[in-house]
Amino acid sequence: MDKAEAKGIKSVIAASSVGTMIEWYDFYIFGSLAPIIATKFSPQDNPTAALLSTLATFAAGFVVRPFGALFFGRLGDIVGRKYTFMMTLLLMGGATFMIGCVPSYEKIGFLAPLIVLILRLLQGLALGGEYGGAATYVAEHSPDDERGFWTSWIQTTATLGLFVSLIVIMLTKKSMDDVTFKDWGWRIPFWVSIFMVGISYLIRQKMSESPLFAKAKAEGKTSTNPIKESFGHRLNFKYVLLALLGATMGQGVIWYTGHYYAMNFLKTDCKVDSFMVEEIMTWAFVFGTPFFVVFGWLSDKIGRKRIMLAGMLIAIFSYFSIYKAMYNTATNINRTEVVEKATSVDTKAPDKKNPLDTIITTTIHKEFTDGTVYDETIKTTVLADKTLKAPMPKKDASNKLPSDAYWKLIFLVFIQVLFVTMVYGPIAAFLVEMFPVKIRYTSMSLPYHIGNGVFGGLMPAVAAYLTITAKGTGTTPLNPDWYLQGIWYPIIIASICFLIGLFYIDGSDNRIDD
Amino acid sequence: MNSVRKYLGIIWLLLGLYAGYFSITSVGVPKFQSGLAGNTSDMVFGIIMLFILTPIIVGALFTFGYYALSNDYDQ
Repeated sequence: MDKAEAKGIKSVIAASSVGTMIEWYDFYIFGSLAPIIATKFSPQDNPTAALLSTLATFAAGFVVRPFGALFFGRLGDIVGRKYTFMMTLLLMGGATFMIGCVPSYEKIGFLAPLIVLILRLLQGLALGGEYGGAATYVAEHSPDDERGFWTSWIQTTATLGLFVSLIVIMLTKKSMDDVTFKDWGWRIPFWVSIFMVGISYLIRQKMSESPLFAKAKAEGKTSTNPIKESFGHRLNFKYVLLALLGATMGQGVIWYTGHYYAMNFLKTDCKVDSFMVEEIMTWAFVFGTPFFVVFGWLSDKIGRKRIMLAGMLIAIFSYFSIYKAMYNTATNINRTEVVEKATSVDTKAPDKKNPLDTIITTTIHKEFTDGTVYDETIKTTVLADKTLKAPMPKKDASNKLPSDAYWKLIFLVFIQVLFVTMVYGPIAAFLVEMFPVKIRYTSMSLPYHIGNGVFGGLMPAVAAYLTITAKGTGTTPLNPDWYLQGIWYPIIIASICFLIGLFYIDGSDNRIDD
Repeated sequence: MNSVRKYLGIIWLLLGLYAGYFSITSVGVPKFQSGLAGNTSDMVFGIIMLFILTPIIVGALFTFGYYALSNDYDQ
């Protein structure tokens, strides 16, 4: 590749990656701010509002993303890659900005959660169309022997999007007090999006169409019905299934484990301070993200299949040890308490909703010899009417860890991000190489979004089911290793994916000009 | 190797059956029942699980297994 070509492809990478990163950012801020958004748009005493809010959470991830893949994939294979992924960018940016502007439930009633639901569905549609377009666009500009390297930049965007969303939220929280943030400050990360989208749009506008697609169009070789050709013809559909079950399904669960499950595990099962967990994740992403490019580059040298399957295999065999080490590091089971520093204070106050009832707040404070500080708040409602059943006490615990435990956790999450980079780094090039130019956008987008949205997106629900079942409802857990049971889900899915990939994927043909 | 690919098809078909059984009995129905008891979030997830995700998972594994048994993945 000469200097002019290298400069050209760098512009292509910049235009594609920045836009895709922004789309991921937009998608994640909703998830990260979901608890606050729920209080603003769907008070729990209104079932309709609560239903709309829940639909917004699930539908965008599970249902709408694959539809977005089909809708925009079809458009990208008929009209062109460039215009389609410019459209997804504008759609995502506009929807995100609008979410930040929707008046609260108190002001406009159930219209608030309804508008948020519609905007969230638009976000899901846009995300479904974006990735395939960006990956295809970059791949069709790349030479055969460097495609893994160049497309791996697109692969960094999902992690970077989550990383930037955490940073923007953390900075916004730091710049104001908690009350202001919960009042209106949470809207700022949504507004920030419109500036980023504007810049990205201007960059993308100057780019030209993918050379392979432009050639196919000039020769009249584009598809008139990409959906039918992709999924209606057995010859192509078998590769769609292979891409899903032999690659994206395992990639989806490993991605979710390294990003969301690790974060929720530290927050929920280990009770680590929420802000500290976000810092741990941020550092792990900072150290891990460059490896997307490293493994993308390596896939050009030794093959995509080898790296992706190696990543899955190492993850399968090391997840239990990693999560056991995380639990032992993050919880206080191996720590010695400084008993004289322990305090427990009870305060009583009338319930704001029912002033005849009383809320007893128990605040427990513990310190440990290594510097760990543990705070727990238990709110117990004592009902004035003794004939009624009192609600379960609400527990809120937070463990602030010392430096050595903090860095050990960063390392343990970093290892998981490393697995993600092995499986996810080469996958754009791998998917692009599986399908022909005329139906590439459609064919690669659907398995990608089903693998990530369905198999990856099910991770929290299935893992929670396995954990809760193992823990039981009593004071003593049914299974002493209950906290490790959730990890069976990614292990089983990744194992199936590994076997299918090992036996069925060839991966020797990396030409994409067919 | 082609015969291994072919006969593994039976495994994928059986796995499709088990995945369907697990998705319905362990996730879909319990969530749906919890939804009937008043948990809106579980109701929505139960419906999505039963009517969207389970058919996708089972359908994909079944079709893949069938194609494998039909020698579609011979190299």
